[in-house]
Amino acid sequence: MSGWDKFVETFFNAKVMWKYLPDILSGMVVTIELALLIVVTGLGAGLALALLRSLAIRPLNWLIIFVVDLFRSLPPLVIIVLMYFGLPYAGPAPSGFVSTWLSLAFVLMAFSEEIFWAGITSIPKGQWEASRSTGLSFGQTLFNVVLPQAFRLTIPPLTNRTIAITKGTALGTVVAVTEILGQASSAMSNSYNPSPLMMGAAAYIVLFLPVVVAARWIETKFAWKR
Amino acid sequence: MIEAFFNIEIMKAAWPIVLTGLWNTILLSLIVVPLGLLGGLILALLASIKNPLVRWPLMAWVDFFRAFPPLVLLVLLFAGLPFAGLELGGFACVAIAFFLNTGSYYGEIFRAGIDSVPVGQVEAARSTGLTRMQAMRYVVLPQAVRNVMPDLLSNTLEVVKLTSLGSVVAVPELLYEARQAQSITYNPTPIVMAAVIYFLLLWPLVRLLSRLENRALAGRR
Amino acid sequence: MATNHIVDARAIHKHFGTLHVLKGVDLKVDERELVFIIGPSGSGKSTLLRCLNRLEEPSSGSIVVDGIDMLDAKTDINHARRRIGMVFQSFNLYPHMTALGNVTLALRKVAGKGRAEAEALGRVALERVGLADRAEHTPGQLSGGQQQRVAIARSIALEPRVMLFDEPTSALDPELVGSVLEVMRGLRESGMTMIVVSHEMGFARNAADRVVFMDDGLIVEQGPPAAIFENPTHERTRAFIGQIQRH
Repeated sequence: MSGWDKFVETFFNAKVMWKYLPDILSGMVVTIELALLIVVTGLGAGLALALLRSLAIRPLNWLIIFVVDLFRSLPPLVIIVLMYFGLPYAGPAPSGFVSTWLSLAFVLMAFSEEIFWAGITSIPKGQWEASRSTGLSFGQTLFNVVLPQAFRLTIPPLTNRTIAITKGTALGTVVAVTEILGQASSAMSNSYNPSPLMMGAAAYIVLFLPVVVAARWIETKFAWKR
Repeated sequence: MIEAFFNIEIMKAAWPIVLTGLWNTILLSLIVVPLGLLGGLILALLASIKNPLVRWPLMAWVDFFRAFPPLVLLVLLFAGLPFAGLELGGFACVAIAFFLNTGSYYGEIFRAGIDSVPVGQVEAARSTGLTRMQAMRYVVLPQAVRNVMPDLLSNTLEVVKLTSLGSVVAVPELLYEARQAQSITYNPTPIVMAAVIYFLLLWPLVRLLSRLENRALAGRR
Repeated sequence: MATNHIVDARAIHKHFGTLHVLKGVDLKVDERELVFIIGPSGSGKSTLLRCLNRLEEPSSGSIVVDGIDMLDAKTDINHARRRIGMVFQSFNLYPHMTALGNVTLALRKVAGKGRAEAEALGRVALERVGLADRAEHTPGQLSGGQQQRVAIARSIALEPRVMLFDEPTSALDPELVGSVLEVMRGLRESGMTMIVVSHEMGFARNAADRVVFMDDGLIVEQGPPAAIFENPTHERTRAFIGQIQRH
């Protein structure tokens, strides 16, 4: 067998790949579920915190800033490990899936709150004044005048950050989540062959590359022009 | 609660182990951050050659590593390569994975920075007789770096946090050591210690960043 | 509080921290009157204007506009503001909406009109400022003068009882000032009550009913334009007028 054949035989072994394809596919489903949950809850919570912060209630804002700083400072893996291995000592024992979901949702919440907030504060005072002078309330001004402009500004940083954090679903493998990497790793140790790992890698590319390319497109489309 | 998460006895016992981890995390950061910066700079300089034959493959390279979870890359190197007869060890794998992954992120940032410097700057520099490289080195890059400083710092923060992945391939950094201590003591206090250390280490940077980012987004209008 | 003035502001004080910007200003404006406020920068004229619709909170004093006590906590300030139009130096158009969208937002959200009715009213307002054909343009596609006229349309669409103009032409290139003043002149002829802070002395001279000169947080003197411009009684007024006319 030539070196090339041996390489293909080892890393792209058709038999092994066929055998473990269902595992990888089920891993993809878990990864997608996890990713969607993180995006929806993380961004939702981040926006909610930014809106709360715009009410300018001092002690509440300090609390928001602290929580945001906390989840920006801690490595996601540390949060996951703490939740999965630490929390049971205090009572609740979240599954690996829940630990990964909540940890990454908190991280996305923190980053997106910062981005939403920066977007809101970057809207000039004159926009508020013009709107309020025509009789719109604080809430109406926020939702009709300020947020639509802020969103446009925040979309590029937000997409990039969301992708980076959603990729972190792979960390779930450390706490026994059966997502792509977890499936691929266990398939590899069962088959003594790295082909499942190559499949797993391909699965990530299939899932995330389109999103990255779309993000690049969004970035040029939403570049602010006045 | 205090007994479980802030156990003084266990803190005392685990402290030397956790401290070793902290030093290794700092050491690891001091190696992978410059490595990533170097990788990024190379990518950005190549991308500044406005030739589609250079630019498109580079963009594909960058997008590929932006789509690829760093942990998958790390596992691929650590667990996959031995099958090809190449056993690199956890530390080398971390270094290579970071060079590829964070280099791509730094590369995008440097590229945006270079693009943000007006063409007139290069023209002015070239008109005074500077070569293309000199113009890049003395005129464009200093302005580019200043323009994207918040992004560079923000990515550096992410890189330092990312070193915790080393724990998965047995690199004895902070998280790894904390988990070791946890499994010896049957108590989560060491992990809490690690979290507190990460927070104290990185909080000042986060504060600084949130100021810079607010200003940067406001300035875009 | 009985009053036959449409705007009745009394003893207005405004502090910004340690800065005392308004030091007890009284201003009464009759219906259909055009009052022009002039004075050096920092004299408090813009602050006074912004107190009238409570964009700035006065430190003390009383303000009644069209029979509504503006400083009463029970007053629905959003409802009151709908009746007080304001035009800003920097236009403050909403960049993410078309001209028509800018004009109809408050019609829909504050006046509670349906979309169709709001758009019909919005088009009438744009017609009045001569921009019926620009309804679908965004602010970025309009010149400064056109933007300011859209901003005026945004106010008049709500059928205000009073309109406040805060240096409406200061941010415009000289050749665009005329079109905005033209619209303001048309408003005046239709009987709109207007309070204008501006440096357009020519416009003040031939359109204003009354000129108010402010300096250092106080009204120094007021009267018909001819009197203020030709025979100011106060030294400070004379100095200011002289300075303006030298330009």
